[in-house]
Amino acid sequence: MEAPPRSPSPLRLSRAFWRDERFIQIAVQILFLALVIWLGSVALRNMFTSLRQQGLALGFDFLNSGAGFDISDALIAYSSSDTFARALQVGLLNTILVSLLGIVLATILGIVVGVARLSSNWLVNRMAWVFVEIMRNVPLLVLLVFIYTAFFLKLPRARQAVSVGPVYLSNRGVAVPWGEPTDTWSLYVSILAGALVTGVLVGFAMRWWQERSGRPRPLVWPPLLTIAVIAAVGWIALPQPPLTLSYPEIAGFNFQGGRVLSPEFMALLIGLVIYTAGFIGEVVRAGIQAVPKGQVEAARALGLNPARTLRLVVFPQALRLIIPPITNQYLNLTKNSTLAVAIGYPDLFAVSGTIINQTGRAVEMIAVVMAVYLMLSLLTSLIMNWYNRRVRLVER
Amino acid sequence: MSAETPTVSKSAEALPPPTERYSVVRWLHKNLFSTWYNTLLTIVMLILAALIARGVLEWALTQARWEVITANLRLFMVGQYPISALWRIWACVALLAFLIGVSWGIWGRMQRGGAAAFGALPFVLAMITSDEPSRLALVITGIAGVVGYALSWRWGAALQRVSIIGWILYFPILFVLVSGFGASDSVLPPVPTSLWGGLLLTLLLTVVGIVFSFPLGVLLALGRQSNLPVISWLCVIYIELIRGVPFISVLFMAQLMLPLFLPGVTIDRVVRAMAGVVIFSAAYLAENVRGGLQSIPRGQYEAARALGLNSWKMMLLIILPQALRAVIPILVGQFIALFKDTSLVVIVGLLDLMGIAKTVLAQPDFLGLQAEVYTFVAFVYGVFCYLMSAFSQRLEAKLHAGR
Repeated sequence: MEAPPRSPSPLRLSRAFWRDERFIQIAVQILFLALVIWLGSVALRNMFTSLRQQGLALGFDFLNSGAGFDISDALIAYSSSDTFARALQVGLLNTILVSLLGIVLATILGIVVGVARLSSNWLVNRMAWVFVEIMRNVPLLVLLVFIYTAFFLKLPRARQAVSVGPVYLSNRGVAVPWGEPTDTWSLYVSILAGALVTGVLVGFAMRWWQERSGRPRPLVWPPLLTIAVIAAVGWIALPQPPLTLSYPEIAGFNFQGGRVLSPEFMALLIGLVIYTAGFIGEVVRAGIQAVPKGQVEAARALGLNPARTLRLVVFPQALRLIIPPITNQYLNLTKNSTLAVAIGYPDLFAVSGTIINQTGRAVEMIAVVMAVYLMLSLLTSLIMNWYNRRVRLVER
Repeated sequence: MSAETPTVSKSAEALPPPTERYSVVRWLHKNLFSTWYNTLLTIVMLILAALIARGVLEWALTQARWEVITANLRLFMVGQYPISALWRIWACVALLAFLIGVSWGIWGRMQRGGAAAFGALPFVLAMITSDEPSRLALVITGIAGVVGYALSWRWGAALQRVSIIGWILYFPILFVLVSGFGASDSVLPPVPTSLWGGLLLTLLLTVVGIVFSFPLGVLLALGRQSNLPVISWLCVIYIELIRGVPFISVLFMAQLMLPLFLPGVTIDRVVRAMAGVVIFSAAYLAENVRGGLQSIPRGQYEAARALGLNSWKMMLLIILPQALRAVIPILVGQFIALFKDTSLVVIVGLLDLMGIAKTVLAQPDFLGLQAEVYTFVAFVYGVFCYLMSAFSQRLEAKLHAGR
């Protein structure tokens, strides 16, 4: 009787453990992690030794000592006797101010440019194209420095300021009329808050009515009208108007009354807005062009007029494509606002640079700056992602 | 019923869409004056455009003092680079012209107009310039370009491999020529990086940024896509961290913290700036490459596996070529952004194009000429960006034509 031919048993597939794929994967990861940790620890150890040689210890205590430098644009009370921490707050507020204003204005201008790029009017179309190409092919830094040094600093002195209506342009900046709050201002603010709440409630009521009746009801103007009426009635009913408008006047070498916006602030804001608007314009154009033509034709065939077609059919679909890239542009604008340092506007980064120069605390300050910008980026992303989820296609 | 069924005649079926032919008047009517508000818009825009054009032209032709540019042209181009070593820069330029000529003859035969314009450029510049050595160098550059074009026109296909090797070798040759080596009395005495400046420094920063950040970016993208959690998480952390902070803070970190991390090693300022550029750009490139990787259908991976390729071969031979090809236009866009971003090195004190502009404006002869100087700088940046994006569009068209 023959012995059955010995065949390799299917169970004996086990290889040497170093050829096992799972083992290799785990080993590779452990090795990689070890390498990164080793490199990081060497770098950190070196950093600590060289810092010790320079007689510096890491820590944030220095933030509580006196800053000793002035900041020209401060939204909150600040003097050179305040602490470094206070100076950083001033810088952070300036960064937030420029970023927020920049985002709002760049969005408006960008939409205008994007729509102009799609205009059937050849001249409008070409001019928007030239604008976009200039913005996209010139570095922001060159643009900012150009606007600052070749425009704002070249303006005449305050005495010979160029007046455009009530606004004065001079090398001291742009003097604009400004509201001065009076005693009733705080009361009026609460009236405004009340008006806002009422307006929102009216909006909800209209929507509820629309859903119950099944017929289109006006959703936009009733809440706005409510707010406007309450705000106007409040203004008139108060014994004293909550704001008095003060106009700038040339007085000696400077301005009196109104508000003078510094040339650094204006240059930074204008530069950021037009630069980003060039990019947003392209995003908007691409988004609108990506909506299939059949959608417009179908909407027209259903009897919607051109305005409603745009508002109810084209725009909601374009929005879905526009939001992710526009979020990127917002993030870029916030990060680009650090170029303020090149023209001397005291944003967070410029203030940190001054602090580094004064104290030599480079490591701490770079850590602070990076952490703050990371948080700002994260915050913007979160808000935009939330908005994106609201407008995106709801699929079954 | 059958009697009423319309019969489609053959000619009606095959009717082509109407082609629109315009007379000038009809074109004007359709594009500028179709409705009353369009007419109004056209008139307003026309006035605006005329005002802007008049203001700009009047300033540029009558008021602007362009001699600030012509007097400092060498500074703008190469900074403080020693005059005795200028021939090395010209050699790089001539070699570049030769390579462009060869490549144009191989891959761009259709664009003859562009080739003629590009080839004529050095000769035209040579006619304009008043400086004898530059004229000679420009003529040599032009001849190198023409010779390269002629060679490739004659032996196009045979030269393909040579030109690719030439491009790869160009980068090290460029560096050896620009930086030099050995003792100060050797053939190529070293030029310290502190003397590099102007457009030369801007371009070098860009080239180094591209050459080093590209492989790093690809590795990071692959790492992020990896199914090994540790590697993918570390890559994600790196990419998101760098993308979340401003470029200038990365540059500052490279300037101030690299010497702390590596004591004993003296890294000069230019190299630190280059490190900053590479660190920053790699994170953005990684995201772009990831987009390409995600566009590759799963079947490609499975097919590669079925053919018995291991992970490395699969990535190198199947996945990456397709993924990179898909994102070439985006990558070029990123390179343009990188080129523009290098202008920020002026803030950490390097003398790139912007830095030179600042020093020129401090010359007592040319105080207050910011408008001229920065217009020139913007123009130089604009030309390079435009060339890069035009190249990218051609490339895109060519790649699509191949499909």
